[in-house]
Order: sequence, then C-alpha cells, then structure tokens
Amino acid sequence: MKADIILLKYGEISLKGLNRPMFERQLISNVAKALAPLGKFSVRKSQSTIYVEPLEDSADTELAVERLSKVFGIVNICPAVKCEKTIESIEKTTLECLSQMDIKGKTFKVESKREDKQFPMNSPQICRHMGGVILKNTDGLSVDVHNPDILVQIEIRKEAYIFTQKVSGAGGMPIGTAGRATLLLSGGIDSPVAGWMIAKRGVRLEAVHFHSHPYTSDRAKEKVIDLARIMSAYTGEIRLHVVPFTEIQLDIIEKCPKNYLTIIMRRLMMRIAEKISVQNGSSALITGESIGQVASQTMESLVVTDNAVNMPVFRPCIGMDKEEIVTISKKIDTYETSILPFEDCCTIFVPKHPKTKPSVAEIEEAEKLLTDPEGMMAKAIEDEELVIIK
Amino acid sequence: MEIYLDNSSTTRPYRCVCEKVADVMRNTYGNPSSLHRLGIAAEKEVKAATAAIAETLGARTDEIFYTSGGTESNNLAIKGICSAARGKHIISTPIEHPATLNTLYSLEDEGYVVDFVPVDSDGRVILSDFEELIRPDTILVTAMLVNNEIGTVQPIAKMSSILKEKCPNAYMHVDAVQGYCKVPCTAKGLGADLISISGHKIHGPKGTGVLYVRKGTKLAPILFGGGQQNGIRPGTENVPGIAGLGLAAQRCNHRLPESAKNMAALRKRLESGICSRLDNVKVNTPECCAPHILNISFGGVRSEVLLHSLESEGIYVSSGSACSSHKKEPSYVLTSIGVDRKMIDGSIRFSLSEHNTADEIDRTISAVCGIVTRLRKLNMN
Repeated sequence: MKADIILLKYGEISLKGLNRPMFERQLISNVAKALAPLGKFSVRKSQSTIYVEPLEDSADTELAVERLSKVFGIVNICPAVKCEKTIESIEKTTLECLSQMDIKGKTFKVESKREDKQFPMNSPQICRHMGGVILKNTDGLSVDVHNPDILVQIEIRKEAYIFTQKVSGAGGMPIGTAGRATLLLSGGIDSPVAGWMIAKRGVRLEAVHFHSHPYTSDRAKEKVIDLARIMSAYTGEIRLHVVPFTEIQLDIIEKCPKNYLTIIMRRLMMRIAEKISVQNGSSALITGESIGQVASQTMESLVVTDNAVNMPVFRPCIGMDKEEIVTISKKIDTYETSILPFEDCCTIFVPKHPKTKPSVAEIEEAEKLLTDPEGMMAKAIEDEELVIIK
Repeated sequence: MEIYLDNSSTTRPYRCVCEKVADVMRNTYGNPSSLHRLGIAAEKEVKAATAAIAETLGARTDEIFYTSGGTESNNLAIKGICSAARGKHIISTPIEHPATLNTLYSLEDEGYVVDFVPVDSDGRVILSDFEELIRPDTILVTAMLVNNEIGTVQPIAKMSSILKEKCPNAYMHVDAVQGYCKVPCTAKGLGADLISISGHKIHGPKGTGVLYVRKGTKLAPILFGGGQQNGIRPGTENVPGIAGLGLAAQRCNHRLPESAKNMAALRKRLESGICSRLDNVKVNTPECCAPHILNISFGGVRSEVLLHSLESEGIYVSSGSACSSHKKEPSYVLTSIGVDRKMIDGSIRFSLSEHNTADEIDRTISAVCGIVTRLRKLNMN
C-alpha cells in the first residue's frame, strides 16, 4: 500500500547529551535534501522521531523510502498508511496492510498512541481491541509482546496512522556532524568502500584521483566520476580533485630504482592528498588499504607510506578480507562500476619484483634521487581538475 | 589536426551525406507507406537509394533489404536461412565477427550443428578442409569477405563454387561489412546468395545497413510487423538514414578503384616506415589483404598505453587487445592465426579511409616510433 507518512527512527543520536539538537538539525537537513528532487515534503521532529509527510499526492513514497535508506543517521524507516479516525476504519486498514505481508509463523504486538483525546478508546484499549481483531482475522500470527517480528503501531492524531513495516536505515551519524576527510579514490573496489565507511560516521568527503593520461584512458577518469556519483547518494556532495600524475610517475621511473617505484609513487600521492586536504579544510586522509593485499600494503610498506604525511590516515578496510570488502561494495552499488576493465594509475608501471619490506631510511634515500618533488607536486595540484559531484 | 586511422571502427560521414540526411529529415518526412504525396516523396528517396546500392552490387533492386546495420544483417541472414531450411548443418570460420559467432552459438543451443573451418597463419580459410566439411545436409556457409582485425581477404568465390558443386541447395552468406567499397564486391563475383553491408563503415550514417538477398532465396523474417520490405524486414523505413546510405554507397563505390590504390600505397608506406625504423615488431596483416587495414604487434609495449599515447598526439587507432591487467580475453582472431600472447598484448590496428594523406602517414610513423622507443625504455624488468 502507498505510504502516507514515513517515520524515521534514529539510534545513536538519541544518546547524545547537550549537543543532541545539533545532530538532529543536521539529520533533518540531510533528509530534506535527499527528498528535494522527489517533490514537496514536510520534515519535522517529535520525541526522537522524524516525521516525513508528502505534501503532494503525486509524491512517490516508495522512492522516498529508497532514498532515505541511504541517509546516514537513520536506523529504521517506517512507512505508514493514513485512515479515517473510526475504529472500523482502523480495523479495515490494519488488516489490509497485514494481508500484503508475509506473516506465516510470525509473531506480533500492537502499540498505540492517542494524541487526540476525543477518540473514544484510550491507548491500552486500542491495543487490546486490535490485538483481538488481528488474531481473529488472520492465519498464522501469534502474539509476542516482548520480541515481536511485526510491530503494529496505531497512532491517533488528526487522522489515524497504521504502521506495519520497518525498513533498515543506513545507520551511522548524519553527514556533516564529524568534519571532513580526503579519500584517495583509485577506481578499484576498496577505496569507495573505505570512503563509504568513514562517511557513515558523519564525515564529509573530499576525494583525490590520480590520472596518468596518456598511460590511462579518459574512460578511467569517467569511471571514477561515476563511482563518486554512486557514493554521493550516501555521502552528499563530493569534491573530486583529478590530479595529473604522469610527469611525476615518469620522473620516478627515470630516477629511482624500479623495485621502489610503487612505494615512492604512493608516498607522493599521500603527500599531494595531504596538501589538497590542507587547502580544503579537510583534516585526515582515507585509503582503501588492507594489510597484505598487495606488495604496497605489507606492514612494512604501510609504515613507509604512513611516514610520508603528518595527517592521520584512516584505513577502515585494514582488517578486512577481499570478500568482505566486495560484499560492502555490492551493497552500496559501486561493485559493478569498480570492476570495469580500464587501466588505472596503479596497474600500469607495476615493477616485476616490487620491494615488499622497505624501510623508511632506504626509501627516503631513494627519493633524494628525484630532482624537484616539491615543485612537481605543486604543479600537479595547480593543474588539477575539480569535479563537484552532487 | 587530428589523424583518424580507426576507419574499421567507424568512418566520418561524407559531408554530402550529412546534408542529405538533414535535408530528408526536414523536408521529406512522410511515411513511404502513406498513400498521399508526402509518402510518395519519401518512397522516392528510398527507391533512389535502392537503385544506387543495387548497382554497386550488380543486383536487382528487389534484392536489397534495409536493416539497422551489420549486426542485424548478419542475424537476419543466418537465422532467416536456418528457420526456412530443412537441414541442420552450418559452416563458418573461427575469425568471424561476434555478430556472426554469437548468432551461430545461439543456433547451436537450438540444435544446429556448426563446423568452423580452420584458417592458416594468414587467416585464410584452408579450402581442402572446407571441402571436407560440406555435408549433404549443409544449409548455409557464412564467412566474412575481409577480416575486421587483420584485413585478410577470404577466397569467397572459390568457397562458393566448391559449395555449389557439392551441395547446390546450400546458401552462401558473405559478411561484407569490412569489404564493401574496399575490395571488389558484387553478388556474381562473390557467388553470394546473401551479403551484409553496414552504412557507417563507408562514410554513411550509423544505424543503417543492407542485406542483399538473391532472388529465389528462402529467407524467413526475424522481426514481425506491418509487412514493409516484403515482410522480410518490416517496420517503417529509416528514410533519412537510407537516403544517406544510398548516397554514401554510390560515392564510395564510384571512387573505389582509385581510393583502393591510394589506401594500399599508404598502408604499404606505413608498414615499411614502421618496420624499417623499429625492431621487435610483427606485422599481423598478411599479403593477401584489403587495402585499408594494417595490424602490427609491438614487442614489449602494451597496446592500450600506445593507443592513449598516440591519442595525446591527435592520432586515433584501435588496440587489438585491451587491459591485460584485468584479464580481458586476448583477441581470438590473433590467437587463431597463431600470434603469441605477448605480441597480442602489443597489437595495434591502423585502418585507413580515402581521406588519409601521405603527410598523415609520415607523421604517424614518426609518432609511433618515438612513443614505442620511449615506452620500451620504461620497461619494468
């Protein structure tokens, strides 16, 4: 049945103390932004719940639920049906809603709230009455007041509202409540997942992609823009900095020992990302690294990469297996795009025998062979292309 | 100024074709099936195109059927013959275009038996093997006139005469998408019962194609509708596209003798220019080739990197095989003619049109040699 109102329940925010209103305000604003393209909605808060009501009949509430399921900070989404404020009408609507659900062998409980005290029955009376009606008119349902599979909520306000469904929200904290961090976005499977996981904690994303034209195709760049667009359904606006990296790569290849190539390249990428972060008010870096996945992600390599920057580097995938990362990337819809076969800057110029156990001292020594790394990095940043993805 | 050497992917339409298409869209928008005069004007455009195309093929006008392109022409020819015929046996080659191969695979699922004649290291069908594969219940032979990756010209006329001698009721289908307007291509000369043609490979519009069907051939439709084109390919005709295609075919075919000579000379110039200045290259295109295709492998270079490096100098080509790092399959055509995997990873296809000049070829030679030398220095070993 088409929902007439949607209730949003939030978890962690309700545990906050005096700064709770700040989290709630941000969440309401994010919800409103997510729904804006679908038409006019009223979004208001009452007692740790956000009420979303379409103001136009044409609004697609199914699509609204789908969009809301990508807004961080929401734990549950409960679409509800409106009906006339008579007990007959409430009975009929409730049974209709249940008839469209899979209820075989499930348990239920009725809860009610009576805001309109003119209604002839009080809340406990409504619960008892409706419990009886449901038991009498359905097959396969039994009562469990402690741990029900299906919670039937009846609210009597200006009209009566019936809730029977519950959709899981994305969880986490509202975007915009936890600062800004910079994601190194390669185009592979891991980095979008890493960005999504940090954004889930309320962090706004800045993203950096290194582009090695002509050694990588412009399609690889388009693919990264597509990935950022998919992520932005969760994260809101992403500012994507596409940084030309070819000259730096060629300089490393020309001057430094071949087996250090990848690790030096990664250190310079981190340093460029750090500089871009400082310029854009972002306070940490995010990468998709996972211990031991490839040569540049051994413990020793991670230490050397970390050592290149002063900012904290967040690596939410660090303890995850590839399978686990793939599961999340499928869930957030980035997988199919991530596996499109275009060369990216990490897969060309891969040495035959990369150093798997480098030390900071030897890499710093090798980096001294570069003529003017600071100048080259500054030029790369100057030549960046900024793509704003909303 | 850009140098376009990817004409086997698609060609730039003739200016007159663009103007013709726009003019017909603006002014001759009637439905050719309508009885009023707007319909008749549109029908006239179609008839003029049909006459022009029929002439290039040495065919009758009632043997020309319009489709949406090479893929549909191949599907209609192969599926249409099979569903109208009694037998279950088809012969083809392993280096056909996917539009043919995937159609054949779907027929195999329906119970047809398909034999693929082996090709030699030039990509040419081995005729003695071909003759042995012909069976009394063979209903169709389908083969391409010119291979799209390496440019080999198949001995279609010989295949056809062998087929007709051993199995007179079987049909010969020729996928001439890469060969039409590049090498001699008449129905009689090829001994073909069906010929597939694509508009955008001959400076015509995309989304247009022809299937030539010799009169008397039993062909069932694969699309059903309002009975246009004798019910063989129903649907309101793409009048602007057809008008553009007719003009392109006429012009391209008219220029053929001279343009083929020019393209062959430029192709030779490109080949010897590259081969004389670079070592460790392998020419995959055989001697018996179409005038416009040159496929070369550059040892120690990945084709996609070379392609993008050429792109940054304004030169557009195709790679034989993409993205070895992502384990995309190597070219089955190059595999079939015995090129080894490492050389396949470094293969580039240059394909010319009548618009290319000697100056462009010389600039391409020096760009290729410069880039390949530079890339080889970056070798990761």
